[in-house]
Amino acid sequence: MRRVLAILSAQLRASAALALQYRLDFLVEGALAVLWMAVALIPVLVVFGTREVVAGWTFPEMLLVLGWFVALKGFLEGAVSPSLTSVIEHVRKGTLDFVLLKPADAQLLVSVARLEPWRVVDLVGAGVIFAYAFRKLGRTPTAGEVAAAFAMLLAALLVLYSIAILVVSIAFFAVRVDNLLYLFQSVFDVARWPSTIFRGALAVVFTYVLPLALMTTYPALALLGRLRPATAAGALCATLAFAAFARLTWKLSIRRYTSASS
Amino acid sequence: MSLRAAAKAYPALLRAGFAAAVAYRAEFVIWMFSTNMPLIMLALWAAVARSGPVGAYTQRGFAAYYLCTLLVRVVTGSWVVWEMTMEIRQGDLALRLLRPIHPLLAYSAENLAAVPMRGVVAVPVLAILMWVARADLGHDPFLWLLLAPALFGTWLLTFLVMALIGTLALYLESATSLFEAWLGVSAVLSGYLVPLDLFPQAVQRIALVLPFRFLLSFPVELMLGKPTRLHALELLGAQWLYVAAALVATNLVWRAGLRRYAAYGG
Repeated sequence: MRRVLAILSAQLRASAALALQYRLDFLVEGALAVLWMAVALIPVLVVFGTREVVAGWTFPEMLLVLGWFVALKGFLEGAVSPSLTSVIEHVRKGTLDFVLLKPADAQLLVSVARLEPWRVVDLVGAGVIFAYAFRKLGRTPTAGEVAAAFAMLLAALLVLYSIAILVVSIAFFAVRVDNLLYLFQSVFDVARWPSTIFRGALAVVFTYVLPLALMTTYPALALLGRLRPATAAGALCATLAFAAFARLTWKLSIRRYTSASS
Repeated sequence: MSLRAAAKAYPALLRAGFAAAVAYRAEFVIWMFSTNMPLIMLALWAAVARSGPVGAYTQRGFAAYYLCTLLVRVVTGSWVVWEMTMEIRQGDLALRLLRPIHPLLAYSAENLAAVPMRGVVAVPVLAILMWVARADLGHDPFLWLLLAPALFGTWLLTFLVMALIGTLALYLESATSLFEAWLGVSAVLSGYLVPLDLFPQAVQRIALVLPFRFLLSFPVELMLGKPTRLHALELLGAQWLYVAAALVATNLVWRAGLRRYAAYGG
């Protein structure tokens, strides 16, 4: 465990040093992050200009869902995608050998290979959205609610990461799928709405098959104190099972890897 | 290089571009599937319209709007800005400059040739549109006739804006960030996220004269039969004025930028 932390902190330091080399980029990317947050907010503002409640959610409640969405999107695009995109490149070029040779777990190494520290802006933005939403709601969440939301957030992060690992595992079987991860990133946009928006087949897909809607809905419900403990426990168990499944798939696929070089 | 030589080479370039699109068909289709924002927005508005219509839109009206949006976006897409910035950075542009045809013409052939492949996604979307929301589409055959030049204008304007910003990579290191910013503003003001007529009056007035409308909303409005015939003709004229302006601007920036170009690597 100590080793894992050591590797993680080394990679974080390397990424931060790399990012600090391009200071202008930091500003540009920060400004872009703010722009995209505004773009995410505008449709919601227009919608709540016409309605008080949409699918059982008021405006400030919807903002909580959106806040979690902004934070998770920052995690996905700042920590998960950049690293895992390079795995696909490694597989195609045969340079994964160098990763596999290192005396540490390959999944850990590839998962933290490249981080983009400027996506921290997204977390700050999410914080601002939360602060505004709770001011509008006129209440502050209790410590228990925050703890529950935090647990749900960790579960969401784990599911998100596991889905990405599953997508990357496909690269070992079909090489020409560089952009599958990009496709997943765009599908993740579904998570910006609470799960009650979806009806019929879509509701089933985004709740049970690809639990995107729950990733932002459950932490938001937890902050509102509306998440039932049984639901939370069930979600946590399902998350752990799913992560184990992803880990197993990664192990199986990496066995299929035959170096492409020389 | 004469215009005649270019006209002679263009069909061959189109054939080569089509072959490339077919060769990478799986990737190509995946790229198109990642255009799913209209469907995500449709999910939200459909939920809103459950309790009654919003403005002029019923639930089925929203379905018609967003399916048309998706259709236009899929058919008129380009990727030239990503390719250009990459090739300028890595020095591959030098190879294109050696060929006896203007690089921008070659890029346009590659992007145009991929349009038939876009049918793989566009035709099913069109079928769903016809099945779900046929009654909400426009009935005036004249507007449907105008759709052809409007769609071509949309494709051309999209391509030229991308080429213009791609050319700026000759001056700037962060041309892709500039394009991202363009995408963000465009998503709001082109009607990609929210139909323009649902915005507050003040925003609408600005959005209706900016070029963004002609990148998406205009052909969608034609399909939904919104403008009168005269107004539609005026809008088509405005769109092609923007196309002409973008063409001139791209040419100027390209010429000036090329003098600065020093092929890295290559």
